[in-house]
Amino acid sequence: MTAAPLVGTDPAAVTGSPPGGRRGRRFDGPARTAAGFALGAALLFAVAPLTLSDFRLSLLAKYLCVAMVAVGIGIAWGRGGMLTLGQGVFFGLGGYAMAMHLKLADAGPGELPDFMQLYGQLDELPLWWRPFASPWIALPATVLLPMAVAFGLGSLVFRRRVRGAYFAILSQALAAAMVILLVGQQGTTGGTNGLTDIQGFFGYDLDDPVNQRMVYFIIAASLLALLALARQLIRSRYGELLVAVRDGEERVRFLGYDPAGVKLVGYVIAAGMAGLAGALFVPAVGIISPALIGIVPSIEFVIGVAVGGRATLLGPVLGAVAVAWARTALSERFPGTWTYLQGLLFVLVVAFLPGGLASLWVLARQRRSDPAGARWWRRARPVDRAENRTEVSAA
Amino acid sequence: MSQFRGRRILAGAMTLIAAAALTGCGSKTSDEKSTAGVSADVSGDSVKVGLLNSLSGTMAISEVTVRDSIMLAVEEINAAGGVLGKKIVPVGEDGASDWPTFAEKAEKLISQDRVAAVFGCWTSASRKAVKPVFEKNKALLFYPVQYEGLEQSPYIFYTGATTNQQIVPGLDYLKAQGKKSVYLVGSDYVFPRTANKIIKAYAAANGMTVLGEDYAPLGSTEFGTIVNKVRSAKADAVFNTLNGDSNVAFFKEYTSAGLTAASMPVVSVSIAEEEVKGIGTQYLKDQLTAWNYYQTTPGAANQKFVAAYKAKYGADKPTSDPMEAAYVAVYLWKAMVDKAGTFEVEKVRAASGGITYDAPEGLVTVDGPTQHIAKTARIGKVGADGLIAEVWNSGKPITPDPYLKSYPWASGLS
Amino acid sequence: MTVLFGQLFTGISIGAVLLLIALGLALTFGQMNVINMAHGEFIMAGAYTTYVLQQTVTAAGWSLLVALPVAFAVAGTMGVLLEVLLIRRLYARPLDTLLVTWGVSLMLQQLARDVFGSPNVQTRAPALLTGNISLPGGLTVANNRLFILALALAAVLALTLALRLTPLGRRIRAVVQNRDLAAVSGIPTARVDRTTFFIGSGLAGVAGVALTLLGPIGPTMGTNLIIDAFLVVVVGGIGQLKGSVIVAFALGVLQATGEYLTTLSVAKVIVFVAIVAFLQWRPQGLFTLRTRSLA
Repeated sequence: MTAAPLVGTDPAAVTGSPPGGRRGRRFDGPARTAAGFALGAALLFAVAPLTLSDFRLSLLAKYLCVAMVAVGIGIAWGRGGMLTLGQGVFFGLGGYAMAMHLKLADAGPGELPDFMQLYGQLDELPLWWRPFASPWIALPATVLLPMAVAFGLGSLVFRRRVRGAYFAILSQALAAAMVILLVGQQGTTGGTNGLTDIQGFFGYDLDDPVNQRMVYFIIAASLLALLALARQLIRSRYGELLVAVRDGEERVRFLGYDPAGVKLVGYVIAAGMAGLAGALFVPAVGIISPALIGIVPSIEFVIGVAVGGRATLLGPVLGAVAVAWARTALSERFPGTWTYLQGLLFVLVVAFLPGGLASLWVLARQRRSDPAGARWWRRARPVDRAENRTEVSAA
Repeated sequence: MSQFRGRRILAGAMTLIAAAALTGCGSKTSDEKSTAGVSADVSGDSVKVGLLNSLSGTMAISEVTVRDSIMLAVEEINAAGGVLGKKIVPVGEDGASDWPTFAEKAEKLISQDRVAAVFGCWTSASRKAVKPVFEKNKALLFYPVQYEGLEQSPYIFYTGATTNQQIVPGLDYLKAQGKKSVYLVGSDYVFPRTANKIIKAYAAANGMTVLGEDYAPLGSTEFGTIVNKVRSAKADAVFNTLNGDSNVAFFKEYTSAGLTAASMPVVSVSIAEEEVKGIGTQYLKDQLTAWNYYQTTPGAANQKFVAAYKAKYGADKPTSDPMEAAYVAVYLWKAMVDKAGTFEVEKVRAASGGITYDAPEGLVTVDGPTQHIAKTARIGKVGADGLIAEVWNSGKPITPDPYLKSYPWASGLS
Repeated sequence: MTVLFGQLFTGISIGAVLLLIALGLALTFGQMNVINMAHGEFIMAGAYTTYVLQQTVTAAGWSLLVALPVAFAVAGTMGVLLEVLLIRRLYARPLDTLLVTWGVSLMLQQLARDVFGSPNVQTRAPALLTGNISLPGGLTVANNRLFILALALAAVLALTLALRLTPLGRRIRAVVQNRDLAAVSGIPTARVDRTTFFIGSGLAGVAGVALTLLGPIGPTMGTNLIIDAFLVVVVGGIGQLKGSVIVAFALGVLQATGEYLTTLSVAKVIVFVAIVAFLQWRPQGLFTLRTRSLA
């Protein structure tokens, strides 16, 4: 048995024989997926913009960016078993690449961004900023730069079979190091302030609510595109291999595959998704700063995925949005005590609902299809033991 | 076949998305900015103000006390009849020590709660994060903390000191004491780096030498190496711009390395009474601080403030400069609104210039063009009782000069 | 030369602090494979214990010595509570423990804020520990650093002896080396786990007491230290104490040297790069426990 059956995809494609194998014969497979996408698109493109105020819609745009990171973590962690506690680094790389371009565009050709004049006392643009003046370099860089860094680090550590907790802590240290590095170079990176006060987005004034709405649509469309990509990936042969590596790396090696390569691909894809999310976060929120890429935000990305259901397609997205929304709602309602509630939410969901909120759905279905399901909680432990065996024997 | 159908629906959805996105094109950056902002909701018999401070995370350590003193001012004003006959209703939000959260909460306070003004922010980073939000919505922020200067936003009132009201007087004091060399220690963020730039320019023009400059990451508590460097540099004094927790570790290390206020005094610009309590007087005795207000500052206004604060929050709670600046901010806002006769932001701003208030720190005056406050600079010495006693003051309020334009040596800075 | 020696001592004392923090982790993470993010908050609990004792019992310098066993008990009890309530259910899911304990650490921080207030609190160090010893040649060695070094070494010694010589230590090692076989041999593994967790968490409390001599006592004091401590255990190798000891001192000296030559920021990055490079060479850490299990 492997991880939780996939919400929104055909579990048989991945898991072999799912527990409820006979269900959904009438309405399943691609048609169901397409309907799911249509529903998602309707919610994101019609319901949300029509019902939410400008402020709430801009918050939703922010949540959706987090959800994009979550899709990537779902692949790397949920499918590949790599707990990346450093996704903030890739989010940040994408965000900084985008923000650097937008700052340069705001400043105008030949001019320095405002903060450099204040803190940098530079006469001319530093060399490594220059390429970002061109959108043809900056835009691809938002995705390719994080992927390149992930490739570099990943090919080092996976090849040497660093995994499990080792990998988690190492990726966390990467986030810490990245923050220190950015903060230390205040003259050229804005230091702790980060890059703020971004005015325009490719010529459009970001203060205009109409343009903010446009940014929201772009983000929503990107999220749907990433979901479609993730779905294709999960259903492909590669997706099966990734799960196989998670569940039994040595066995995959014995079968003649290269587990390091398989994991590397998943890690790099997750990094690319985080990079794109960071890039779109910048016009939506107007700021990118080290506070967004350190250890705490990196863990918060993962928490959303865990709450939603790591091994499912939609779980990470819903979980990320739910956690981000809960954070806003709780802190508005209970400014003094919301951290208790947030902590409690993490503890309860992760400890007692290991498959995340998505497993509630699966549980409900199983119970319905199995009237004698008195012991549903036993069978429905979605996180398999094989993954854990890998972790333990890393010792 | 069914696979194909799925793709077609997907393609359809994408087209829809593209269409939706295209219809949503608004104004270009080259267009004239619209002048409309969000106006405050003053329809009832109350007026809301926003309180934006970190109640959780690493900055809660300092910002909670600021929140407390803002609440004190609000309650006092309400007890005296409110502003323009309306009761002030404070809406508190937690910035959570996270800059984008500050921006989010600022937007919420302005556009959802429609507050008349917001009081809060502490770090420069949080102020920089919310600045565009206030400018976009044309709403008011009162920022109560001393900061690095080089900023002047039409929608922010700066009630803490700018550099020429704190750092420059601190340097003047050191120079008058005959200190010829300084060592700079600071946290790695905007305020210390900018402050140190100013200090270096001052030193170069005034015949002082800067023997070294070291930064520790925010929250760092390992100062063995830095103190080792400071000790071997044998400077006449240390200028300390460390923030928060780092100060505790720095002074503990400093003391155990055998350095004292007598052998190598430290001038700190981020250690107020509250921080003294957290560090301990055994490590801080006789060290210097530069501020505009101390709990010991003489005057009836301060006696009243200190008594009211202790009555509300406990006799063991000290008052400090940022708390006082936040308290003053609320009263200054009230005075501006009273003078303008309305809560409308532009009229309040227009009325602000020249407003005076008999603050706990002494008389303060709002400087219209810069929206900073003329304040008296005060150098203090930490006493064994944990309070700070004034050893020098500038005699009269110093006109704020955020860009240091009136100082020839600072011409290369901004 | 004076500076060089000063730096060497600084490096060693940074290592001692790291070691003291990492020692508890070497047990809970290294031996039990539990990633406890609330370990930093157990350190905080130890520091606040010192504060409370000084407020309620005595403010005299020797209260620090009383605080050591009390903090051990307080933090250890918190650890056992955490183990019984949550971690016990998660032994099969080490990565999930990380997330759960992180939630716990959020709540503990807020609890500290509500109980003790947001600002830092102060404790009084005994006069003996605030001074320093002057050595010939203008060298000075800070007493509090010496005390922490001694405390760290004493803790390592005590732990090593306990693991080697006592029946409990033998049981702990047996469970680490082969849990199933240990259970079959009649060792109550659940109880051994709980005891191990008590000791590991208690050591965090002891580290907290020691840290009151060096740094702030506040709600977030644990978070800054925890990652470095985890790195020490990872690089040192799981299942062995000696790896953590060597690595703690090596990283301390590396950081102090790097910081002296460059800046603290750069030094931190150097340490990280060194760790990645090291794990290329020895991916399972400095010392590994040999087992026959396949990865």
